Amino acid sequence: MATNKHIIHGVFGDEVPLMEACKKLRASGIRIKDVYSPMPIHGIDGVIGVPRTRIAICAFIYGLTGCGLATLMMWYMMISDWPNDIGGKPNWEYYFNVPAFIPITFEATVFCAAHGMALTYFLRCWLIPGAKAKNPDPRTTDDKFLIYLELNDEQKVKAEVILKDNHAEEINHKGSYVVEPKYTLEETH
Amino acid sequence: MHAESEIRIPLILGDKSYRQITDDIIAPIEGKAAKGWYTLITVCALCFLWGIGCLAYTIGVGIGSWGSNNGVDWAWDITNFVWWIGIGHAGTLISAVLLLFRQKWRMAINRSAEAMTIFAVLCAAIFVTLHTGRPWLDYMLFPLPNQFGSLWPNFNSPLLWDVFAVSTYATVSIVFWYIGLIPDFGMIRDRVIKPWQKKLYGTLSFGWGGSARHWSRFEEVSLVLAGLSTPLVFSVHSIVSFDFATSIVPGWHTTIFPPYFVAGAVFSGFAMVLTLMLVVRKIYKLEAYVTIKHVEYMNIVIIVTGSIVGVAYLTELFVSWYSGVEWEQYAFLNRATGPLAWSYWIMMGCNVVSPQLFWFKKIRTSIVATFILSIVVNIGMWFERFVIIVTTLCRTFLPSSWNTYAPSFIDVGIFVGTIGMFGTFFLLFSRYFPVIAQAELKTILKSSGQSQKEASKNHH
Repeated sequence: MATNKHIIHGVFGDEVPLMEACKKLRASGIRIKDVYSPMPIHGIDGVIGVPRTRIAICAFIYGLTGCGLATLMMWYMMISDWPNDIGGKPNWEYYFNVPAFIPITFEATVFCAAHGMALTYFLRCWLIPGAKAKNPDPRTTDDKFLIYLELNDEQKVKAEVILKDNHAEEINHKGSYVVEPKYTLEETH
Repeated sequence: MHAESEIRIPLILGDKSYRQITDDIIAPIEGKAAKGWYTLITVCALCFLWGIGCLAYTIGVGIGSWGSNNGVDWAWDITNFVWWIGIGHAGTLISAVLLLFRQKWRMAINRSAEAMTIFAVLCAAIFVTLHTGRPWLDYMLFPLPNQFGSLWPNFNSPLLWDVFAVSTYATVSIVFWYIGLIPDFGMIRDRVIKPWQKKLYGTLSFGWGGSARHWSRFEEVSLVLAGLSTPLVFSVHSIVSFDFATSIVPGWHTTIFPPYFVAGAVFSGFAMVLTLMLVVRKIYKLEAYVTIKHVEYMNIVIIVTGSIVGVAYLTELFVSWYSGVEWEQYAFLNRATGPLAWSYWIMMGCNVVSPQLFWFKKIRTSIVATFILSIVVNIGMWFERFVIIVTTLCRTFLPSSWNTYAPSFIDVGIFVGTIGMFGTFFLLFSRYFPVIAQAELKTILKSSGQSQKEASKNHH
């Protein structure tokens, strides 16, 4: 049997009641699709079930890559390809010259870690020039906080009560769509 | 919400709400610019144009048009490079180091300080690209295959380290700044009405929506970038100081240079942030966000770094005497009593004496005194580099090459031009970009807003 999915925006004027509402919604088994806010709300990730981002691990890997590339580059150019004795400082062995290579190795590590992480961040969040605004209500970048829900008929009734009890300023119905059964199975949590 | 001690002075004055923060930050973008803005930008743009003229002349004629001569081959140009790059350091310090230390007062000033960093590094880049003499061959600074010339660049040389350090610093600073700007561009996009503004800020905002997932990544990225930028900012000025310290020129060949240069950089950078912020808060009426307390905090940083610089000057003097090396001793004697002694005493007066005035609370909380002293500090820091470079090179090993130095019209023109460029870019930034990181500021409203603090006090 096909089910209805209702899109609901719970709009709040402050982050404290929004947090309360999120906790209650989750406790009653409702999945929160997303929360949109003008600034980061500390501690919301655990409440709405956003896993910890792994972007810092990426940065570490990019940093290692940069470190390795710089080492390889300087070894090749200074030691292997064309070793020179510059100012009485010969370049016959990487081992003896490594102190002079540390600054650039460090800079390359930072360069790759920072830019790699920034690119990953832009792509992962799909923040690119010309991308469509991702907030469903333009007031959420100003002073409104929004809980974005997609619910079936039964959940919708429950959610409306919870939102109202927790001082939601507005409960906006943004239409609904029909989900075929095979998809609903994947959607249940 | 994070509770904060009652005795801490609020960082956001008056009775502000989230909406009011939005309104205050967007006001200069939505409204008409003040008359003062047009005057300032005209002056700056004219200076900039003059600079472009002198720059074109230098490229056309060669650096023989400068005042540099056989002994004093590094002079005005490198002085300006080091001065500008040093100014840039405060921006990174404010946004990265103060973020790691969780200093909330950084939020009112980090955006403009970072903008200042980027514009200052651009100015510095002009001088390094020019000083090579043939700027159209500057691509040879990069490690290109040696068919281009005869050899690979020398990776043992601090001058090459500088290429990597400054380019990493410039690009990472831009990325750090832009990632922070995206949520604020999103706010502007959702507020402005004019179609061209909607389109412009829509593009600049990269489609930001402020979802919880994105905020979580945003905070992680900011934290990691701050962690990366902190050693980066120290490395950049250390490497700039290696350009001098690894040479065997008396007066340059000292191990104290890296910490001394970094402290000096932060010192002059904070002075420049103060000069700019005191103007910005006045023109855009941001007194509620950039409060006297913020000014005082920055002045305290100036006392600390200024005192480090003062101690470094005295240490240098002592060590040159104590070393027993005649050439080293002469280099410092010449600085203090030689033909360019006036520049040494300007440096001493501006950098060692003037910041000590901030020990008086009356002076460090006075806007006028701070503004004047911030300019004095920057004059002093310019002369520091001038003293290190020019007075040293005036008296090299070979007495027959002893010389003096005077800048040419072109030298001065390029310097004034970079000040004009810096001013033009900063004024454009302050008019069209969010000058305060409003999204971040909203996170501290409840713990550090004046009316919110008073309400929680009455509540207990």
